Parts: sequence; structure tokens; C-alpha cells
Amino acid sequence: MPDSLVIKNLNASIGDRAILKDFSLTVPKGEVHAIMGPNGTGKSTLAKVLAGHPDYTVQSGEAFIDGEQIIGQEPDAIARAGLFLAFQYPSEIPGVTIANFIRAALVARQAKGTPFDAKAYYAELYAKMDALKMDRKFTARFVNEGFSGGEKKRCEILQLMMLKPKYAVLDETDSGLDIDALRIVSEGVNRLRGPDMGFLVITHYQRLLEYIVPDRVHIMYDGRIVHSGDKDLALELEAKGYDWVKKDLASA
Amino acid sequence: MNTLTSMPSGILDASLQQSETKRFAAYDWFTQLRQQGWKNFEALPLPKRDDEKWRFSDTRSLSLADFAVAATPSDADTAKLIAQSHFIARPAGLIIHIDGHCVLRPAIAPELAAQGVKFESLEDALRHHPALLKEFLLKHEANLGGAKFLALHQAWLRAGYVLHVPKGVEITQPFVSVNWTLTEGAAIFPHALVVAGDHAKVSIHEFNLSALPDQRALAISAADLHAGTGAQISRFAVQAWGKNTQSFEIANTCGGRDALITSVNAALGSRRARLENTVRIEGPGADVRLYGISVANGEQEFDQRTLQIHSAGKAKSDLLFKNVLLNKARTIFSGLIKVAPDAQQTDAYQTNRNLLLSPEAEADSLPGLEIEANDVKCSHGATTGQVNPEELFYLLARGIPLAVAQELLAEGFLEEVLSKVDNEEAAAVVREMFRQKFHTA
Ligand SMILES: Nc1ncnc2c1ncn2[C@@H]1O[C@H](COP(=O)(O)OP(=O)(O)OP(=O)(O)O)[C@@H](O)[C@H]1O
Ligand SMILES: [Mg+2]
Repeated sequence: MPDSLVIKNLNASIGDRAILKDFSLTVPKGEVHAIMGPNGTGKSTLAKVLAGHPDYTVQSGEAFIDGEQIIGQEPDAIARAGLFLAFQYPSEIPGVTIANFIRAALVARQAKGTPFDAKAYYAELYAKMDALKMDRKFTARFVNEGFSGGEKKRCEILQLMMLKPKYAVLDETDSGLDIDALRIVSEGVNRLRGPDMGFLVITHYQRLLEYIVPDRVHIMYDGRIVHSGDKDLALELEAKGYDWVKKDLASA
Repeated sequence: MNTLTSMPSGILDASLQQSETKRFAAYDWFTQLRQQGWKNFEALPLPKRDDEKWRFSDTRSLSLADFAVAATPSDADTAKLIAQSHFIARPAGLIIHIDGHCVLRPAIAPELAAQGVKFESLEDALRHHPALLKEFLLKHEANLGGAKFLALHQAWLRAGYVLHVPKGVEITQPFVSVNWTLTEGAAIFPHALVVAGDHAKVSIHEFNLSALPDQRALAISAADLHAGTGAQISRFAVQAWGKNTQSFEIANTCGGRDALITSVNAALGSRRARLENTVRIEGPGADVRLYGISVANGEQEFDQRTLQIHSAGKAKSDLLFKNVLLNKARTIFSGLIKVAPDAQQTDAYQTNRNLLLSPEAEADSLPGLEIEANDVKCSHGATTGQVNPEELFYLLARGIPLAVAQELLAEGFLEEVLSKVDNEEAAAVVREMFRQKFHTA
């Protein structure tokens, strides 16, 4: 499928521990898919494997964005190919300002030799920060250093809005956000929603999915998707917990 | 322009040294100082490989041969280099030397002059303020290994500046001194003398550069910093000589009671550069901060030797040296904290961090403590490593290519020290110099 994020029979491990087990999922462009699942099932692992994190070993399987294989590519190439990962735990980068960081990411996407339009850049950066209700002074702060949990998550969404990828994986972007921030961040995401972008939203909470209404909801358990449904699946999960998924599996 | 111009002369030639010294016949004490320098130079051996104070440095390639004191620069070169010397827009005063010849004498604002502020070339100060020079110039021996180099500096002493801010006068805007080398094979011996009277406040920035990047040169600099009671001195010294320069700087930093001294050394240039800095805490309550940053590439060697001497108690000294190494570069940091028996309640810290961006680079670290008092807080630490892999992945995951990501992380690593510079304009200039250096690596 050319216009999709396609993950096919992915097996990945860390050390000698298998985490993704024949994981398959397709997110068509323009759709929002949610992944829910108990702690330690491998949701963040999936996100990092897609992003090309060197700690994980992919035994087999494939992943494509719009037909382009990303497994085996360098992380920076994967990002430039159009995948964005909003980290569950964003790193702090001492001494590197947000303005310089995002600028470097944009420059990396320009054709070599193209001059960088700093004026347009700042105008856009400030506009997006205003939309996310981030103080403009943050541009001069070092990336994530000393940020509160919620500020870090907003900063991830700011980067997402500036880099405009083809597919975005949001790993628990809602955790650590207060109610107002949750609404602001969700509005940011909703504004990006459209035919040109696909989302994979990892979350533990149904509340986020009230703001960012998903087209599909998947339940991940023990390294693979065990159940898929529409947005009501999240409600069902909220009511029943994960035990029924586990029981289902045991009886299957 | 200059009253004392020199013909080209080999710096190891005693008769040439003597004939230049004769021009200072009117200043007997200064003549003696230079003569004593020459005697010491002749008596002292060049450092050898097994010399503890030169541990890890490449003593074999140390050479003082084939360097000469250069003649005064042409008017055209002078005009060109003066035009390139404006690193900050409105310095409190600007002095420029080319090949050890003062080509721009500082003009300072009349209201500063009226308060007794002096910012002059060493030669002018010799005429105008001999008592000040006699009291503060070269009062300490080089105790970190560079005695022979300091002796040669003393023997050829002529270039440099004197900055004196009298009691109670506070100046925020920095004074700036720029030293250029221009002539192939030039040797220069610039001196920096900064005296801040009681409760005075002063900032000085020094830029050391070569007009031609490949030109061979020798720079043996010395600095004397004296902060009186409650005085504040901030110094930012930028070593950006050309890549075929051998440079040596021997600095003495003396802090009186409640003095606050901040010293930032940035190193970019030279084939080999050695910095020796001795901090002398002479009064209780003094607070001395010594910072260093460098980016070393190619086969550069940056050799940093520091000594924090606490003679008075209830005082603080803090040291942080950070080096980024590329290619086959080498850095050496050797630091010692000495606390005298009665210097109780001393706080003294020393940290050296090295970031290796190449498997062939080598950073050596020799931190040390010699504590004779019992009620002190002292620590020293050194780390050498590569970029943090999670930080690197975060940058890569945004599409930033590996080389750029490493450069950003290295610049971020240096920022901790650059942010201590008291003037954002100067910090920005040097930040850009570092950036350029990454791009030419
Ligand atoms: N670097 C690592 N070393 C060892 N084990 C790891 C490492 N990274 C992940 N794991 C293990 O892999 C499993 C999956 O972790 P992962 O972070 O993908 O879970 P998750 O589904 O995102 O959980 P959560 O909901 O708590 O965020 C966990 O058991 C975790 O302990
Ligand atoms: Mg997770």
C-alpha cells in the first residue's frame, strides 16, 4: 500500500529478550490509529524500532512508509523520509537551544545549498508556540533541560508541527499533561490531521481519545496487536480493563 | 607610532636581546628585569620527557629555534588588521598589537580617565606609571613547568597592555586587547597586567590571532591579574593563533579579601598551546572561577596546567575545563588544589570534562589535591567520553545527520562555559569561531 505506514511481521528484541513478536499493523495516510495496552507490552519498543533506535535488533519483518522500506535505515534517514516520533521520555540536550535544534532539523530537510529563511522560520516558530501556549522565551532555552513533564510533551508537539512528517507516532504524549495542556496539545494534533498525515497514538487513557478521536483502536499485548476495533473499543477497555484481553488470549 | 621599533632578530641571540634591552636604558629597573630574564633563560633547561610538570606533553617537538622579533608592520597591513579587530561594538578601550608592536593605542572615555582609569601599552605605562609596574609586574615565578618560557618572555618583554582601575571605580563594558601575528617566523611576548583596586570592577577581553592561517609563529604570553579587596575582575582570553603557532601562556591570578575573579580561556588555534594558570587566594572571602574550553582538531595539542593555591580561609575557587577533541588531537589537563594549613573553610573544586569525537583523539587528565587544612570542602573530578547515545538518538530522530548532531552536542557541551562570559557579543563571536572550526575539521 503506497499511501500507508505498513508494519509487517516485525520481530524485534533487546539483548536476548524478544519484545515485538510478529507485529503487523497498517495505518493509512489521513487516519488516526490508537494503540493501547498494558505496561511493558512493547509499545515504546515498537516506536523506537520504527525510528531506527540502535539498541534494538530486528530479527525479521518489514516497515514501509508510503512504500519505502525503513527497517535497516539510519535514524536520521528514517526521520527525513517522513516518520516522526514524539518520545515518551524526551531527552534533555544541554547547551542546545530549541531554536537551533529545530532549525538544524529543518536545514537537514532542505536541498543542499538552499539558503535558510531565518525570518520566515521564526515567524512560523512563534506562531506555533503561540498556538501551543508556549512562552516565546522557550526558544532560547536548552532542549528539554529543566522542563516540566508537560513542557517536554508540548515541546515534542511543537517539533511535530514544525517538521510536518508524513506519519507521526505519539508515545504517551498525554501523560504528564494537565487538563488544559491536554486540550491544547490535542488541538495542535487535530489541526495537523488531514489527508497528508497519518498518526499512531500510543496512550493509556481514553480521555485523550475524546479529544483526538481515532479511526481505529488497537490493543497490544505481549508484542503484537491482539484486538482491533473502532473508537468504542477504548471505552470498552476503560470499563473492563485488560483482564478480558488476557482471558481471551488464554482461551483462544 | 612606536618609539622602540626592532629590526628582525633571532630570539636566541644574546647580543640582539642586549641591544634591544639598551633601548630601555632610561628605566634601570626594567633593564635589569630583562637582563635577569635572559640569565634565567640561559640557566634553565628545556623541558624533557620525564619532567613531571610536562607529563603527557610532546616535549620532543618543543623548539625555540628560528624565531625572530619582527619589524613594525606596514601601514597597509596595519590598517587591514585594525579593521578586523572590532570584536565588540563599544569596548571601554581597545588596544591592538601586530607582531608585538602596538599599532593602536587605546583612547578611553574622558570620564574614565578622570576617575584615574589607565589602559595603556606596556611601553607607555613604563614611562607613565613605573611604580605600578614595579609593584605588580612579573612578581611570581612560573611554578607549573614554564619557567624557561616565562624567562624568555621577561627577557624580550616590551609588548602588552596595562589596565588599572582604581579603588571604587566600576566599569561594566569590557576593555579589549587584540594581538596579531603577521610575519612568518615571528616571535611575540605580549604581557597583560590587570590591577583592580579595592572594590573596583573591570572586564577585559583578549583576542589572539594570526593574520595568515599557515604562518609559523611563537607566542609566549604572560598575564598578571591582581584583584584588591572586594574587587571584581572578569577576563575572557581567546587563543585563536594560526595552526602553525606554538603558544604558551603563563598566568597569575591573585585574589584579595572578598575579591571575585572570573577567568574564561577559550582555545582554538596553535599547533601546540600550553596554558599555565596559578590562582592565588590571598584574602578570606575571595571567589575565583577559572574556566576553560577548547576544540582541538588535526594534530593539535592543548596542554592545560592549573594550580589553585588557598593561602587564606573562608574562600572559594572553582575550576571547570571542557575540551572537545576531533581527529588525532590531544589535550592534557593537569590541575592541583593546594590548601594551606590555616586556610580553613575553603571551598575548592576542580572539574575536567573531555568529549571525544574521534577514536584517535586522546585526552589525559591529572587532577590532584594537596589539603593541609581539616575543615574544607574540596573535590576534583575528570570524565572523558563520547556523546551521550540517547541525546544523539534524539537529534538523529529529528532528521539531523550524524555529523551535524555531533557538532550540535559538542557546541552544547561548550555552552556551559561560554555562558559564563560576561558579554554576549563576545561570546557570540567565539561561538561562531568554534562553529567555523567544526566546519573546517
Ligand atoms: N533497554 C532495555 N533493556 C532491557 N529491557 C528493556 C529495554 N527497553 C525495554 N525493555 C523491556 O521491554 C519491554 C517492553 O518495554 P516498552 O517500553 O516497549 O513497553 P511499553 O509498552 O511502552 O510500556 P509502558 O506502557 O510502561 O510505557 C519491557 O519489559 C521493558 O522492560
Ligand atoms: Mg512506553
